[in-house]
Formats: sequence, structure tokens, C-alpha cells
Amino acid sequence: MSELLTIAESVVERAVGDEQLEVYVSRGIDTEVQAYQGEVEKLTTATSAGIGIRVLVDSPQGARVGTAWAGSLDAEAIDEALREARDNVSFATEDEFIGFATPDGVAAASLTLVDEGVTTTSLDDKIALAIDLEKMVRTADARIRQVDSANYSDYVAQAAIASTLGIRATYERSGAYVSVEAIATDSSGDQTGWGLSAGRAPHELDLDKAAADAVRRATRMLGAIKPASMRGVAVFDPRTTATLLAIIGGALSGSAVVRGRSFFADRIGENVAVEDFSLLDDPTDPRHFGASIFDGEGLACRRNVLIDHGRLQGFVYDTESARRAGTSSTGSAARGGIAGSPSASCRALQLAPGAFTQADILAHVGHGVFVESLTGVHSGVNPISGDFSVGITGLMIRDGQLAEPIREVTVASTLQRMLLDVTHVGNDVEWLPGVAAGQTLAVGDIALSGS
Amino acid sequence: MNASELVERDVIERVLASALRRGGEFAEVFVEDRRTSSASLDQRRVEELSSGRDRGAGVRVVVGETTGFAHTADLSERGLIDAAHAAATVARSGSGRTVTVSLGDHVSYVNKAEKPLGTVDKARKIEVLLRADDIARSTGGEITQVMVGLGESSRRILVANSDGVFRSDHQVRTRFNVQCVALGDTGMQTGYRPVAATRGFEILTDDAVAQAATGAARQAITKLAARPAPSGDLPVVLAGGSGGILFHEACGHGLEADAILKEASVYSGKAGQKVASDLVTLVDDGTVEGEWGYLAMDDEGRAAGRNVLIENGVLTDYMWDFLSARRQGRASSGNGRRQSYQHLPMVRMTNTYLLEGPDTPEDIIAQTPRGVYVAQLGGGQVNTATGDFVFGMTEAYLIEGGVITTPLRECNLIGNGPEVLQRVDAVASDFSMTPGTCGKDGQQVPVGTGQATMRLSSVTIGGTAA
Repeated sequence: MSELLTIAESVVERAVGDEQLEVYVSRGIDTEVQAYQGEVEKLTTATSAGIGIRVLVDSPQGARVGTAWAGSLDAEAIDEALREARDNVSFATEDEFIGFATPDGVAAASLTLVDEGVTTTSLDDKIALAIDLEKMVRTADARIRQVDSANYSDYVAQAAIASTLGIRATYERSGAYVSVEAIATDSSGDQTGWGLSAGRAPHELDLDKAAADAVRRATRMLGAIKPASMRGVAVFDPRTTATLLAIIGGALSGSAVVRGRSFFADRIGENVAVEDFSLLDDPTDPRHFGASIFDGEGLACRRNVLIDHGRLQGFVYDTESARRAGTSSTGSAARGGIAGSPSASCRALQLAPGAFTQADILAHVGHGVFVESLTGVHSGVNPISGDFSVGITGLMIRDGQLAEPIREVTVASTLQRMLLDVTHVGNDVEWLPGVAAGQTLAVGDIALSGS
Repeated sequence: MNASELVERDVIERVLASALRRGGEFAEVFVEDRRTSSASLDQRRVEELSSGRDRGAGVRVVVGETTGFAHTADLSERGLIDAAHAAATVARSGSGRTVTVSLGDHVSYVNKAEKPLGTVDKARKIEVLLRADDIARSTGGEITQVMVGLGESSRRILVANSDGVFRSDHQVRTRFNVQCVALGDTGMQTGYRPVAATRGFEILTDDAVAQAATGAARQAITKLAARPAPSGDLPVVLAGGSGGILFHEACGHGLEADAILKEASVYSGKAGQKVASDLVTLVDDGTVEGEWGYLAMDDEGRAAGRNVLIENGVLTDYMWDFLSARRQGRASSGNGRRQSYQHLPMVRMTNTYLLEGPDTPEDIIAQTPRGVYVAQLGGGQVNTATGDFVFGMTEAYLIEGGVITTPLRECNLIGNGPEVLQRVDAVASDFSMTPGTCGKDGQQVPVGTGQATMRLSSVTIGGTAA
């Protein structure tokens, strides 16, 4: 890790004149195993590294930035990236709000996000996890006809950021995952179910849970029908709720808000959701898979309250969007790898747990739909207008119980309305990989389009 | 520099031999040197000009049904041999046997881009971005925001394998897009238009830029008057071009041989059977020069092909990559693609399109008493095992009494592939193509989709209105 910081610093030291440099260096080690019919189908092992450089030059009307990146840490690649980034500067528009992060004195949380188990577990043991998982699913239920893929993957990712403004940050995290997709069949045809388990190292993985989830989801969808259209309550399971929260998190990004591209813009202080809805972005919570010590500009990550008992409290900002909004960074810069410039993004969303178990919620709702999977999120949700329409699979809720499975159906509303139509928030928080944790969530007055 | 100069022939031969020492049956080296450049304009500010370079190699070794893969950014002989050894860990039987590999003649495909990345002044690119912004804003006072993006890539690839294949290609792609936000009494609406081709900057003619800018702005403004889309089953007319996404989702993915061989597709075992209405003749064609999904050769060194998937409603063939074809003892159809050297190839579409039919767009609309006219589709998703798919409409209108009327708010349509293919009841002859990005198992590749105006007798519209 210190080696990465040394590389970043050595580039920063090459700043000439009044130019400012910000250098991001990353390295990753990845393993991926896919098992099929008791054998390894694919095994990938790889290390990768890269560098992203931003050059900033002050000008009379503000500053200009140019960027470049390279997928290697060779001296030649770094030289070329620095040269290109400098060349790109002169073509950018002068902008008074553009600037790099300056150290803000916020102390970094003390988090351990690496588990040595990822590197000390042998490749054979990792392969065995994927093969065992496949076998568990295949033998769990006679109706499981096929296991499309059973996967194990892990990574160790390291990064360092340094800048001429005094930023010095390094961080490291590890992750291990198993996932499996089962195909169940009966006289009515095929249905699929997907299960996963995630941790920071192999020993944290729960293969039983992943296998049981895939089998349960696939088999209970057998015989699914297309229901009649209706309007009513949709109860989202923890996984699908996490997807909803991630979409809402996108609209809470300062980068979207300052550009007027969020339905939350200009609504601070308003009641945008029901009283029971409190949304937090807290990368300092080590239980969250999105936990991080530093953000993409090298500032300490911190806890940010976004929606407090329904009231819109704030947004997440990186340096540039904060300056544009007249505030300061919330330590929420994210970069999409070496090629991406920082922008403001939630990374560890969690919805304050409500008072209800999933069974309570189903009982209270009485009649509605239980949503287990979403499709077409990228094609049917517009975070600017708030339009929301997605394909789902799940089960009908009748008399407070899960009833017949349903498919080929959509649920639709607008994101704005859904937040105000939440009827119950579950207490069954599941820590899932990705930007958001999830729990059961009931939303009223949803349009269900079926036959 | 030619891709073949990235790594010398004799080095590749030694790397392949080394990859096979532990008993592998097949080994491949894929070398890539990709340069990219992107520029974005947001609120008349050139926010960022970015340049990137990614260079490295992926080595795979196949033993039986198992594939070992490793990649490296180190193109020295040492770096490549290390990757070969890592990829060969899946081969456990052989130990230190001596293997020699000799490559065949080098085949190099020539790129025909007139203005590839690096030949156009950065200042000229900025001019084009600003011009698009001007045109979009002048379209109407409702336009509050304009974002213009330009991405160019120059990708040199080299494929060499233990069967002696030794081929290289240079792929040049250019993508430009305009997104507008319009503000009205009912909130914000968005409009979007892409221009993309496997060519250079020459695709951005004044006309192409103006059409994209005006199109995106008009779409956003039009949608300000949009009403909630209906909920339930209706006939749907898809305008030419982006409607091809329907086939990409409804059956394209399900016709990829990897899903077929695992019997994880509703189209497994259906070759030779009637799977669609007579009007459906569907082709996947990597040879359409200049299209977004065009390839001289695929990422396994196989020349791209024109493959008829469905002919007059009958399923004729699937799409194949090297491994799935090898398993069936047949030839690849040139559909082995990968996002980068860091990824394994798999079966992917190229340009997938429906052949033209006998009708005219005007007649199709006029003969639809009540339905939805979709002017632009925005993407979709499919479960190949069940055939259930969705696709999003980003610009759509009601059809009432055979006339296009009110604009509709965005929503997804949902259907089942095999059922929807039977419901194609009219196809016109105004064919056009649309560029898109296809994601599968985490890998993104450029693809084209195309069709002429066509109608589905019934699809479920996922809106909110009764």
C-alpha cells in the first residue's frame, strides 16, 4: 500500500509552475471460479493496476482541469498519462467552482475492511466452495433441473491518493462472494432463483443460505401466473428494497442536484417521505459492504443524514458539487475506477429499521404483491423525472400470507409518490453487497400491470 | 504501430507452448492496446477532456470442459509467461511436457476510419460539442439543460492460439450523444439521441450533430405534455431502429449457444421449429461495415459472419463462440466477444436485425384503432430461462382511431419472448439501425439493433393509468 502512495507522491512531485496535480493509484487482485456439473468451468486469477491523473491550472475566471489515465504503472504509461492530462487542460472551460479537495481536518474512521482470509485461503479451497455450492443446490430439491452458474469470487483492492494540496490517503478492502442461479422445473415450465452470500473473506460466507435462497426462490415461482392488473400495496423484499434505495440515493447526489438533475433539487427541509422513513449514508459503519475510510478525493468518509423522519435533510457532496452549492464536501466523492473523475455518490445507504417483522408487514397489508426481483431498472426508472416502472416477479399476498407466484407483470408509480406512500418499514435489515442495505418495505398505491 | 508489433511472433509461440506444458488442450493469447478519449459538455462548460490507455494480455488455457484464465498489463515475455502459468493451473495432469506451437501466417485486418482517434484537433471536438448545445437550446425555451458527450476509441487487438491462428485487427469507434432536460408545469422530462458507429470522427457531420441535438431537445419538450402510460395489454407499434431492442431481448440472448448448451434458454432444442410469426426473419450480422456492432474479426480471431437466426418464423441456428462450437464439433459463427483483455470471451450478439416486411408505417398505424406507438426504446433485460423480458419506452404516444395522439410518460413493457415473437403481425420497409451497449455477466460490448416499423398484436404496458 505504501508503495502505491510512493508512486502517487512521485507523480505529484512533478508538478511544475502553479499547476496542481491529483493522482489516484489503484491495484487489485481478483479470483473468480465458476463451477458447472461438479467441475471448474472457468477459473480466473488476475492482478491489475492503474493510475488516474488530474491536472488543474488556475485561470482568471476560475480554473481548468484535464484528466488522463493508464491501465498500468509502467513509467512510460505514467509519463504518457501526465502528458495527456496536461494537454487536455487547455481545452476545458474555465470554471470558478472547479477545485481539488483540501484536507478538512475530519479524522478518518478506524475500520478494518480487509480480512487476510482472502489471501491465506488456498485456491483449492476456493474452488471447493463453488463446487460445493453447486452440489448443494442440485441435490436440495428434485425439481431443480439445472444450475446455470455457481460462482465464487474474491478481491483485494488497494488505492492511494495524493495531491499538491496535501491530500495523502491510502485504503484497502477485501471481499468474497458466492452466488448461484438455480433453474427449477415442473409441468408448468421453468423458473429461476438466485442466491448469494457475501463477506470480507471466505470464512464469512454462508453457503447454506445462498443455496437455500436460490432453491426457495426458484421452486416457489413454479406455476407462476400473470395476474390481473390492479392498484394496491407492493411489499418489497430486502434485496429489491436495496435496489430502490440505491436509485433514491442517486437522486440525493450533490452532483445531480447542483445540475438540476434530481427531483430532490430545491426541496431541502420539505417532507419528501413518510415519518417512518429515515435514510442515512454511513460508510463508517463496518457492517456495510460499502464501508470505506476515505472517499475518492482522499477525504475521510463520514456519516451523512439524508432524510430524517421524512424530512429532506441534505445531500452528499464531493468537492466540486459542494463548491457549486456553496457548502463543503461531505466526503462522498466516488470514482468509477481509474478512468473516472470523482463525483458525489452515496456509498453505504441504510434505512433506519422500522418496528415490523416481514410477517407483521404481510399481516398488516393483507392483500397485495410481494416483490422478489426487479427487471428493467435501467430502462424503466428515470431519476430526473421520477418515473418508475419495472418488471417484477414475486408472490401475491392474500389474507396476510404469501400466496400464488406471479410473473410477467410490472409495478409502476413515481419515486416521489412512492416515498410518500410507504406504509411499513421492516426491522429485518440485510447487509447486501452494493450501495445500499435493505429490509422489507411496503409501498401503497402502486399500479400493477398484468393481464 | 500494428497490433502484431505489440508482441513478437516467437514470444507468443513460447508463451503458448508454456501455457500447454501442464496438459492443456488449447491455449490462446489475446493482446489489446486501447486508447480512448472522451469529452463532455454540461451547461455549456467543457467539464472534462480525458484520455486513457489500457494495454495488456489475457491468456486462456482449455482442458476438457475447464477454462483457466489470467491477464496481465505486463507485455514482456516474463509477464506473459507468468500469466500463462497462472492460466494453466487448471491443467493438473501433465507436468512439464515439451510442447511447441507454431503460428500460421499473420492476418491483419485494415481499418477504414477516415478520422481515427488522434487525428482530429481537440479544439475542433469542442466546437462540435458547443454547436450541439446551441442547436438544442434554440429548439425551445423549455430546454433548461443540455449535456453533450463524445467518446472515441482506437482498439488494436491480436489473437494467437495453439491452433496456429495469428490475427490482428484495429477497431475504431466513435460515439456522440446529446441529452436534454426540459422543464414544464409537470416537472422535468428528458430527451436523448445517440450517434455511434465503428468509424472515426467523420461520422459527426453537421447534419448528424444537428439531428441529434434537435431530436433530443424535441423529445424532452414533447414529453412535458406526456400523460401517464396505460396499464395492461394493448397493440404496440414500434418505430424503425430502436425497436430492434425487442428482438435483442425477446430472443437474441436466448439464442446464444452458451445458454442453449446449458439448457438455460427457452429456445434450447428448438432448432428447426417454428418459434415466431412468418414475418420474422432475424439476422445477427457482424459484417455490416461501420455499424456499431461491426467486427472484421471477433475477439477469438474468427472472421465476423452474417448468421440467419430465424427465417420466416423458423429457428435456423444459434450464435456460437469458439468453446460452445468446439463442444458441438462445429465452427464458431464469429460471435466470441469480450469487453477487454481482462475478460474471457463469450457468445455475444453483433448487429441483430429483423428483415423488412411488406407493409408501410402509415398503414400499420392507420390500421391500429387503439394502441401505443413507441418512437424510441431505451433498453431492456431478459431472463433467458423463462423468456420473460422487459424493455423501456423513452418516447411513446397513444394511438387512437389509427392516429398518433398524446405523448406518454416513460415506462417498461413486459412480455414473454416466445409468445411475443408469435404476435408480430405487421412489418414495414423503413429499416434503420440503432447503436446500443449490451451487458452480459458484467461485460459491456457495443451492439447494433435494427428493424423497420412493426406491430405486436398485444404487449403488457407497465404504466399507471387505467
